[in-house]
Amino acid sequence: MIDLVLKLTLVLLAIAMLGLVYRLVKGPTTPDRVVALDAMGVNLVSIAAVLSMILKTSNFLDIILLIGIMAFLGTVAFAKFLEKGEIIEYDRDQ
Amino acid sequence: MSLVHWAILAPFILAIFVPFFRKKAATIHTGWFVLILPVVLFVSFLQYLPVTMNNNSITHSAAWIPSLGIDFSVYIDGLSLLFILLITGIGSLVVLYSIYYLSKTKESLQHFYVYLLMFMGAMLGVVLSDNVITLYMFWELTSISSFLLIAYWFDRDRSRYGALKSMLITVFGGLMMLGGFLVLSIMGGTFSIRELAVQAPDLYHHPLFLLAMILILLGAFTKSAQFPFYIWLPDAMEAPTPVSAYLHSATMVKAGIYLVARFSPIFAFSSYWFWIVSAVGLFTMIWASFNAVKQTDLKGILAYSTVSQLGLIMGLLGAGSAALYFDSLDDNLYTAAVIAAIFHLINHATFKGSLFMVVGIIDHETGTRDIRRLGGLMSLMPVTFTLSVIGAFSMAGLPPFNGFLSKEMFFLSMVQLSELNLFNLETWGIFFPVLAWIGSVFTFIYSMIIVFTVFTGKFQPEKLEKKPHEAPAGMLVSPIILAVLVIVFGLFPNLLSYSLIQPAAAAIVPSIIPSGEQLDVNIYFWHGITAELLMTIAVVLVGIILYTFLPKWVGLYNYFPGKVTLNNLYDASLYTVERGSNSITKSYMSGFIRSYLVYIFAFFIALLGFTLWAKDAFRYDASNTSPIGYYEIGLLVVLCVATATILMAKSRLTSIISLGAVGYSVSLFFVIFRAPDLALTQLVIETVSTALFLLCFYHLPKLSRHEEKMSFQIGNALIAAGVGITVTLIGITAHSTKLFSSINEYYIENTYKKAGGENMVNVILVDFRGFDTLFEIAVLSVAALGIYALIKLRLEKGDDSVNENK
Repeated sequence: MIDLVLKLTLVLLAIAMLGLVYRLVKGPTTPDRVVALDAMGVNLVSIAAVLSMILKTSNFLDIILLIGIMAFLGTVAFAKFLEKGEIIEYDRDQ
Repeated sequence: MSLVHWAILAPFILAIFVPFFRKKAATIHTGWFVLILPVVLFVSFLQYLPVTMNNNSITHSAAWIPSLGIDFSVYIDGLSLLFILLITGIGSLVVLYSIYYLSKTKESLQHFYVYLLMFMGAMLGVVLSDNVITLYMFWELTSISSFLLIAYWFDRDRSRYGALKSMLITVFGGLMMLGGFLVLSIMGGTFSIRELAVQAPDLYHHPLFLLAMILILLGAFTKSAQFPFYIWLPDAMEAPTPVSAYLHSATMVKAGIYLVARFSPIFAFSSYWFWIVSAVGLFTMIWASFNAVKQTDLKGILAYSTVSQLGLIMGLLGAGSAALYFDSLDDNLYTAAVIAAIFHLINHATFKGSLFMVVGIIDHETGTRDIRRLGGLMSLMPVTFTLSVIGAFSMAGLPPFNGFLSKEMFFLSMVQLSELNLFNLETWGIFFPVLAWIGSVFTFIYSMIIVFTVFTGKFQPEKLEKKPHEAPAGMLVSPIILAVLVIVFGLFPNLLSYSLIQPAAAAIVPSIIPSGEQLDVNIYFWHGITAELLMTIAVVLVGIILYTFLPKWVGLYNYFPGKVTLNNLYDASLYTVERGSNSITKSYMSGFIRSYLVYIFAFFIALLGFTLWAKDAFRYDASNTSPIGYYEIGLLVVLCVATATILMAKSRLTSIISLGAVGYSVSLFFVIFRAPDLALTQLVIETVSTALFLLCFYHLPKLSRHEEKMSFQIGNALIAAGVGITVTLIGITAHSTKLFSSINEYYIENTYKKAGGENMVNVILVDFRGFDTLFEIAVLSVAALGIYALIKLRLEKGDDSVNENK
């Protein structure tokens, strides 16, 4: 039973992923794509979690955490890039 | 190492000290120090005469590269002794002459004598070597030292041109010869010439025989300036006159003759040898004597005359090879040709050496070598005139000089060649005496030109740069010695016959001499009214007539198309080769990386695809594949869509984001395929590299930031598809043909047992195969340092010029 539910979840997540990929491809603006990417990251977290349940292993918990961090960092970097044009500023040493 | 070895090495050793003499004893002409060596060598080699006169030989061997069978072995028999005496004897005279010819203050004597000694040692090595590899080494040393000597006055264009030309041609021949030697040693299984000569009758049937013969002959013909390779010799006349006298008349150009003579016992069993050597020799003789007549430079005449005389000797050696082919001949008919060749070799060295020195004197005392500006020097330079008469008349073949005797013997051999019904000579044989006769007529004409246009006629002081007068005594010593030898050998030829000629002939045609006996060598002045005497008389008569009316018919030469010469062919081919290779290089070295990538990938497809197809290597075996789950398919769809987006995207930013999506999908694949460490690393790396891509994107210059779709090119698409398909096919094939089981069982068993870890990936990385990790750390450090250097160590704007000049 639980197996079936997990697989169903995975399929649903995959459909969500495809939707996000569609948004990634289509755009139309860059922020759309960045948000899609961020959402994909969160989706990845879920997929990794579900997969580790299916595979009956706890080895992927690190990855879940890492995806979370990365998705956050990536999105922040993108946001800063879109807003200021650069990610790391060198105001202090001219 | 025997004394003979040291004799070869002595010139090289002395060459080391020449610059010290020049520096420490600048008041004494460096040539005096150098002169001692060839004289000592000449005298000491004279002691070998009694040995070789009895057809004995001396062999000394010293190990050089014993593991390859390459020894520094020397071999003295009649032939090599003859050449050694020529090299050291004329070497001494040339050094003596050069002392007076080259100025002590104006010339860089240390270069001259170093090169000359290098040449002398190399030449001794050539004639003494028994090992073909050693022979080749010394052979190339003669080419190099000749190159250096021709370009002695390197600030002149013509000298450099001549040096380059002679280098290219003789080195070409030398390399061909090396090939011939290697083929020969493969055939015979040894590098030793004597051991090869022993098995000569067996070698004749070897399929590689003809190849070896032609390659070695190419070496001999290029060095000895035979048709069509003679073209370097007239241009080598830019060298100082002592060099021309020594290298380009007496010694180096005879190295090819030596080679032909030395290898006669091996190759002369074949009729090809006879035909090639004698035909090329005779044709060279007539062609060069014909061309010598139209030269206006004295050294030009002498250069062509050297070519012609070398052709004569080569033709005689070819004719002499018939002796080996028919060893049933008991009347020594063909050994007569060999004897004539050796005799003329000696004669040519004497009279041509003295003629070159005479021309050098004329050049030195009048400032020109152009026969159109010279004339009437007889009363001003009586000694020089006498010397040139002796030399030129001997060259023309007049009695009582030695040239007469060798020319008679030459005619005799040629007439005999035409009379005998050998090699189907009945139709073609008549050409031999006819060609020889025509060549001799032209020889007569240019010999007369040398004497009479220079020394008789009107004296034209206004055309000369200097006021002509007789040369200093020291300069005249060497040509006088040579001229005396011309007369002595002419009057008493039998001085030479059993001391030098007979042993040398015995070395060239060993099989014909019964052991313990000697060849019958008797050179007579008078053997009655014979065909050859009549031919000589006809040569003189026709020659006198043609020389008298020379101005009337010399215009004939203008009818020969001036552009169709071998020199122009050489220049044009050099130019064409240079331009052709330039245009070939330019055609594919476009400077665009995309072209090079196209080549690389096209070759990748062609090579791998062809191998896969030609070897019929494609395999498909699904027996050991895993079932495919839904997750994989879903993820694959995502991956494909993201990849396609990269290619189709209009904006680069979209491409970068899609690349990120690809990276994350890959990390998800790692999750599915249970590789948590890989997935972790992949995620982090993908994020960092996406950030770097964004950095690059941001710094694109404003002007060229085209936001447009990647243009579609059918060629690129084909190559991309080809690479993809090839790699896929190889991947499938590789997976389908697993020959051995994996070694992973060992790691599974031992990760905890032996290494004390539970994470197998990490244990492999740092325990089982830690070396890879170490150097990947190194790669990362280098990359980091490189990036730092690229960013920080930029030259300032002012330093750009420094950068460009590098």
